[in-house]
Amino acid sequence: MHPIIFIVFLPLIAALIAGLGGRWIGKTASKLVTTGALFAGVALSWPLFIGWLGGGAEAEVVPVLSWIRSGDLAVHWALRVDALTAVMLVVVTTVSSLVHLYSWGYMEEDPGQPRFFAYLSLFTFAMLMLVTADNLVQMFFGWEGVGLASYLLIGFWYHKPSANAAALKAFVVNRVGDFGFSLGIFGTFLVFGTVSIPAILAAAPSMAGATIGFAGMRVDVMTLLCLLLFVGAMGKSAQLGLHTWLPDAMEGPTPVSALIHAATMVTAGVFMVCRLSPMFEVSPDALRVVTYVGAATAIFAATVATVQNDIKRVIAYSTCSQLGYMFFAAGVGAYGAAMFHLFTHAFFKALLFLGAGSVIHAMHHEQDMRFYGALRKEIPLTFWAMVAGTLAITGVGVLGLFGFAGFYSKDAILESAFASGTVHGNIAFFLGSLAALLTSFYSWRLIFLTFFGGARWGASEHIQHAVHGHHDSPDEEHGDSAHDVGMPAEGTAGYHPHESPWTMLVPLALLALGAVAAGMAFEHWFISPEGAPEFWRGSIAFSEHLAHAAHKTPLWVKLTPAAVMLVGLYIAWRNYIRVTDAPAAFVAQFPGLHRFLMHKWYFDELYDWLLVRPAMAIGRFFWKRGDEQTIDRFGPHGAAVLVGAGNRVAARFQSGYVYSYALVMLLGLIAAASWVFWWTR
Amino acid sequence: MIGLTHFLAVAAILFTLGVLGIFLNRRNIILMLMAIELILLAVNINLVAFSAFLGDLTGQVFAMFVLTVAAAEAAIGLAILVIFFRRRGSIAVDDVNRMRG
Repeated sequence: MHPIIFIVFLPLIAALIAGLGGRWIGKTASKLVTTGALFAGVALSWPLFIGWLGGGAEAEVVPVLSWIRSGDLAVHWALRVDALTAVMLVVVTTVSSLVHLYSWGYMEEDPGQPRFFAYLSLFTFAMLMLVTADNLVQMFFGWEGVGLASYLLIGFWYHKPSANAAALKAFVVNRVGDFGFSLGIFGTFLVFGTVSIPAILAAAPSMAGATIGFAGMRVDVMTLLCLLLFVGAMGKSAQLGLHTWLPDAMEGPTPVSALIHAATMVTAGVFMVCRLSPMFEVSPDALRVVTYVGAATAIFAATVATVQNDIKRVIAYSTCSQLGYMFFAAGVGAYGAAMFHLFTHAFFKALLFLGAGSVIHAMHHEQDMRFYGALRKEIPLTFWAMVAGTLAITGVGVLGLFGFAGFYSKDAILESAFASGTVHGNIAFFLGSLAALLTSFYSWRLIFLTFFGGARWGASEHIQHAVHGHHDSPDEEHGDSAHDVGMPAEGTAGYHPHESPWTMLVPLALLALGAVAAGMAFEHWFISPEGAPEFWRGSIAFSEHLAHAAHKTPLWVKLTPAAVMLVGLYIAWRNYIRVTDAPAAFVAQFPGLHRFLMHKWYFDELYDWLLVRPAMAIGRFFWKRGDEQTIDRFGPHGAAVLVGAGNRVAARFQSGYVYSYALVMLLGLIAAASWVFWWTR
Repeated sequence: MIGLTHFLAVAAILFTLGVLGIFLNRRNIILMLMAIELILLAVNINLVAFSAFLGDLTGQVFAMFVLTVAAAEAAIGLAILVIFFRRRGSIAVDDVNRMRG
């Protein structure tokens, strides 16, 4: 049997064993089964990937089952293995297995561990199903599967109302995207008569310029289909407009944030656009929209990240912003660069999240960075891992010599955007560079606030609980920033943070390795005009022309990311190390700007006003007026009242006296007799 | 000459007395039982009278059956009455209204 079968289905079997049998086999066995299955997946995935690097592999489709046959519609379960899938397989299995291992330490004290590991493995299965999909329906299956797992894991601590609300929000916002995605699939079937991805991609160029009637207008058919599918991608990848669920999803346990909401699931949209890239190439209009949405998300999320105080939310907005980079890379046609950034981002963002989890673990579930400080001496290993992640995300490197992962992928994206030569490409380059500056600023701000300066955790409620003997359960992790604005006083309250156990440090070390080396090691195959066409071999619409152009951009374009990175670093250093009261002064000077960013550009408020409130009003109208005052009043309630009233009247006849019954009987008899005599004569 | 009409008149009077005895009597249940007996006897008179005047013995046989059933009924009725009295301490008709809705 082909190894892909084992890679995809081992996590499912492990999830079933741990999820259904966890009660009987115990938590250690559940953890062993799921983690073992994932490491087996890693061991099988890397050889596949290396086979593609070597250039000896061929794209193949491994059939599993026939699924749906109805008229013209034929859907098969089939696992597609090509370069794009191989990349995703490596990303998903590697990060997932490391997160499994990390959870051994992080979830140590949680009573629901079999359930947690079962969900994690279930998620991995769904994600693998998504990335190996050979047709759109199977992709949709994986798409919904990861959505379900995400919902279950965000709401893992189900007794927390905020976690339930966040899980629901993620699910509902994703429904909007999935509505677009499913319309896209229907439309694709309508136009092409098949849902098989290779068949669609082969037929797409011939559809250029065709039109279709939609919502009463004639529209370009490929633009319409691509935009509908892109709406699905926007929902899953938290792009501007449908991004509101991602920061709230931080209510879930931190390993979940690292796996689902940083490295894998949220990149599914990018993967989908790359998988269908020959289709998007047919529609320049759709690509323009993708570029604008991606660039807008990159800059939007980066600005919001600069003012967040919750360590996980900073990284969540950072994820959102980096996904924006990937989308505008795809939008300008640099699918190789988009996938490369997806690949490197998976390592360094998972690293940052797991590092943040390690900090949170050390600080007894305090998540507010204002209560950190001076942690570099207390938890040095976590510190160095986080620094590696930050160097990677900010794109530190020396041109032509050495660089951390983000240096190669992010620069490739910006250079491609510039080299594309289009108006939207230039706008994306400009916004992307600005976002890179902000990225550098907020990433270093996170490091400086957390690891440098004086210790400020004495004022933290979580730490005081810990010091005074109350042991916080892991589910006390909370994302609200209910503390006052401004820095708390310095002091340790006699508490000394402890470094995390080895199960958490090993994943950090391995991911740090990826964050340091992944860019340098794989640049040749992912984006270089020499190696990439041979590597991708048509699995994405790789443009050699654009890759050449990106290599030949002017020097100032190549140096821009490094320059803005240094500027961001300087601003962060000046404000949070040198002149620590500068941020407060800045806020005092521009209160409007600060409030605008603190409220995340008022997106939640806007949606609340635009959608939630009207929906609630309509709901209340139908509930109060429609249901209670109309249907209930005249229906069930009305009937009940009528019966009750009639009942009281009827009860009055039941005197209980024998003679009155006898009288009624007699009268009845007389009436019956009279009827017989008078009417039947 | 006493004709069929007279017998039927007596029977009708007795029947009416019995019916009124059930409705108008508010004192006790024994009287009610007696009134029921009266109704049955009125019916018996009718049966016997028709039997005699029509020359058909069936009516008289039926009258014997009615008497038998009436005796049994009276026995059961009185037995119930005794038990009822033991439980409630009263056999006044106005007290017997436990079936009131």
